[in-house]
Amino acid sequence: MTFTPDIQAFCCHYTSQQTIAEGKKGLKDDGLPANITFHRVVCTGKLQVSTLLKAFEEGADGVYVVGCPEDKCHNVKGSQRAAKRVVAIKKALAELAVEPERIEMFHLERGFHPEFVEAAQLMNKRITDLGPCPFKGEAK
Amino acid sequence: MIIADRKPLDEIVGMVSDAKKILVLGCRGCVTVCSAGGEREVEILASLIRLGMLKQGKKIETVEGTLVRQCDKEYIDGIDEWEGQYDAIVSMACGVGVNFIANLRPTTKVYPAVNTSFFGGSTDQGVWMEQCAGCGNCVLHLTGGLCPVARCAKSLMNGPCGGSVNGRCEIHPDVECIWQSIHDRLGRIGNAEAMNVIAPIRDWSTAGHGGPRKTLRDDLTI
Ligand code: SF4
Ligand code: SF4
Repeated sequence: MTFTPDIQAFCCHYTSQQTIAEGKKGLKDDGLPANITFHRVVCTGKLQVSTLLKAFEEGADGVYVVGCPEDKCHNVKGSQRAAKRVVAIKKALAELAVEPERIEMFHLERGFHPEFVEAAQLMNKRITDLGPCPFKGEAK
Repeated sequence: MIIADRKPLDEIVGMVSDAKKILVLGCRGCVTVCSAGGEREVEILASLIRLGMLKQGKKIETVEGTLVRQCDKEYIDGIDEWEGQYDAIVSMACGVGVNFIANLRPTTKVYPAVNTSFFGGSTDQGVWMEQCAGCGNCVLHLTGGLCPVARCAKSLMNGPCGGSVNGRCEIHPDVECIWQSIHDRLGRIGNAEAMNVIAPIRDWSTAGHGGPRKTLRDDLTI
């Protein structure tokens, strides 16, 4: 049986302009997997740990965050803060014996560029290989 | 303030693995300030417990609450708000809070979600250092305000020991030798001769070696 992961991506305003400009069809033509849901946030520094965990609770197999380059964040330290929170969630997943690589942080330049698509493809391949998230085990 | 750290999640999930519904209870005191058990941490822990239980194929209901303090009887009464909504309480307060719930709610199951670590303060963003050990007989007036009980690896009263090197403690190069710092500070504040005073053998009975300690203030009791 083929497995199509549910992947939730949280991107800042600046790194996700492409998702708005190109529209669904344009993004598909660019090679963005259709099973990735994008959430735009004003700055990844505004993302709470609880928001990212909620994505897992709601059935995500993988979650990733795209923010500005570490030293070039529009809001100075927003993407650095987001990266720290992602690390904290990786640690928590490991403590629950779930693969930490189900969550990832990417620092990308703003605007149109192939790396945005590559990040999506990388996560799609990684999570497809890992299989369904263990949190989705049938609850009794 | 009291510094605490969240316990490993597998340990916490293990405590509640038989529960169907829990109250995750934070405290707005010290553990909020050191980001271990305030409102935000309650929200995160509740989510992680639900996920941990899902991983085991179980479902758990969580109710979230945060009290002003968990170390006062008056505030513990606030738990009544969630009456009937939980089988057990997971307290994110320091050990005092967990003990208070256990003292005052004789039939309620209560579990600690944090390891209560020490009395300290934040020396840098995200960094907390131990400063006082609550020894019950403070000597800071003799040591330039720097605590040898909590901050010297050997709690020496007549330091430094022979292992002090370039201001570093022999236990680790990252650790300040507080006795070197005491010496330097006493010099700076014009009290270097205090280093020549030999501290007598210390009576540690106030430091918790004689059973649980108690403070009674006649002027406050009714
Ligand atoms: S001497 Fe005792 S009371 Fe004073 S700071 Fe040190 S541990 Fe605390
Ligand atoms: S090196 Fe300094 S801080 Fe360390 S044990 Fe000796 S006196 Fe105490």
